[in-house]
Amino acid sequence: MKLLTLNFLTCAIKSCKSSPASFPLHPRDATLEIIESDLNLAFLRNILPRLMWSELCTITRELGLPALPETVPTGEDMVEKKEGEEEVASQTAKDLHRVLLETGIREGGLVCGNCGHEYKVLEGVGNFLLPGHLV
Amino acid sequence: MPEYLVRLVQVHESFRKAELQALADVAGIKIDFISYDEDSPFCVVGLPSDNAARTMISRGILSHGIYELWGEGSTYDNLHASVRKRSSEKWSLYHEIPFRFTLDSFRGSRKPADQRGIVDSFSYLGFMGPIRMKEAEVSFKVFEDYDNKASEPKHLYLGRFIGESGRQAKTTYDLKKRHYISTTSMDAELALLTANIALAATGKLFYDPFMGTGGFPIACAHFGALVTGSDIDGRSIRGTGGSARKGQTGKYDVAGNFKQYGTESHYLGAFISDLTNTPLRGLILGSEHGGYLDGIICDPPYGIREGLKVLGPREQLGEVERATHRDRYKEPTYIPPKRPYSFIAMLDDILAFAASTLVENGRLSMWMPTANDDDIELIIPTHPCLEIASVCVQPFNKWSRRLLTYRRLPDSEVSQEALLLAKKEYDKGVKADDLNAFRRKYFEGFKEYQRLQEAARATNDIVPEDTNT
Repeated sequence: MKLLTLNFLTCAIKSCKSSPASFPLHPRDATLEIIESDLNLAFLRNILPRLMWSELCTITRELGLPALPETVPTGEDMVEKKEGEEEVASQTAKDLHRVLLETGIREGGLVCGNCGHEYKVLEGVGNFLLPGHLV
Repeated sequence: MPEYLVRLVQVHESFRKAELQALADVAGIKIDFISYDEDSPFCVVGLPSDNAARTMISRGILSHGIYELWGEGSTYDNLHASVRKRSSEKWSLYHEIPFRFTLDSFRGSRKPADQRGIVDSFSYLGFMGPIRMKEAEVSFKVFEDYDNKASEPKHLYLGRFIGESGRQAKTTYDLKKRHYISTTSMDAELALLTANIALAATGKLFYDPFMGTGGFPIACAHFGALVTGSDIDGRSIRGTGGSARKGQTGKYDVAGNFKQYGTESHYLGAFISDLTNTPLRGLILGSEHGGYLDGIICDPPYGIREGLKVLGPREQLGEVERATHRDRYKEPTYIPPKRPYSFIAMLDDILAFAASTLVENGRLSMWMPTANDDDIELIIPTHPCLEIASVCVQPFNKWSRRLLTYRRLPDSEVSQEALLLAKKEYDKGVKADDLNAFRRKYFEGFKEYQRLQEAARATNDIVPEDTNT
């Protein structure tokens, strides 16, 4: 489960969705993995304004990852442009790519801050199916 | 605007115009349809420039290529007159260049000697450059459009080649060569087409809530989108259930498919969930955060090959049963109960989900089956936040399926009253047949359709082949 997807996932229980405490889900006993991938500037620029930034910072803090900037970087922060040269990805973009698209949860749990239900992650695939008594 | 001739393929006819429009939309190009006919593979469009034409067609699936239109006419005399009138000022540009001149007859053919005669009749163009059948710098084609079994063509075109389509992707992604598929995998051509119509492109985020073995996400990744997906059946994502192919061993999974096509950087991973009880966040009230998905594409289960289920027990749980679930759900062998669901309710759930997760002008493309016997007006599910962008039909013998594409309206265009009225009471049946009219008809062998045909034969009425169109 890449950390980017965690920015879109909340508790599957309908009554939890209205509570702010249900987002983000909190990692528990998580084993992390890094899968390298190509840096995609167009995607980073596109997705930045849609992220819930302070919630993303919460998760990286809970996982003990290097701190992210306090405020959302802008599209311009993603590139460094030197006079007469092509645009290249900035360090901020590289760091963000590392956190959002290369770091993922391999094994562990994701806990709802509202109801306390824990969703399991096995082999990098999260299971959000609800047991019979919670539907 | 300059006019261009698109050489289409003569399959999935009702998808072709929608695809061309989508190709123009995704490239931000203005397109004018000048002539288009479902029964012809030649379509004349107005586009701003050669470059625009080349960019646009490069990812087309239902076309072969695009040509600058040099002339057209119903007979060769008319064609020659049209070429002289339209393009005489361009002739001199190609006088010294290595060139190629060929003939493309649709639904007809010419003997080699006749072909030569036709090509020679264009000698007034004055091309003096060497003739190269391979690696020519400029390529011209005469197109002949015949009626079925006609001896003479009904329409002719002359075009200068501009660019080739992306149709070879259909072969690259052919299901026969894919490592990991299942019984309901979508044909590669249609999956790529769906991705095109949903405007998948570089930098975008796409999601498939019924991904199965990942056919749609793979197609979107081909066009550069980043993709994620989910399925109620975790076995299809993890791939521990083995492969649909005879003789293949080992573990094939969705991630493996992406590796096969070299697009694993575009795969964000998948999760196990049910769309009706989705863990994805929707619009958060009182927050400035809107949608985040650029597109949703899916082929929801019709309830025939693949069961139509949602989470939850069939019957209301008693106290004792609730306690059992509560005690047992953490055990690794626990399987959450599922119950049959109404197809109409599922479609409504998809629309509601799309309305709350798509970005403004994001697209939802979903497949929906219908029996061909319905003499009532076909119901297309609607939502106040979504506007229908295109409807394409793939007909089968007794049923057909259609690809419905919606555009998420910007919030400022959504009617608030309609939004309140949209809440619906769903069917409350418990058996699959009660909930899914299409499934019932399918297993009754579309008897109503047969009855209709027999009644028609008795009265010598003509029955339309496809009552849907």
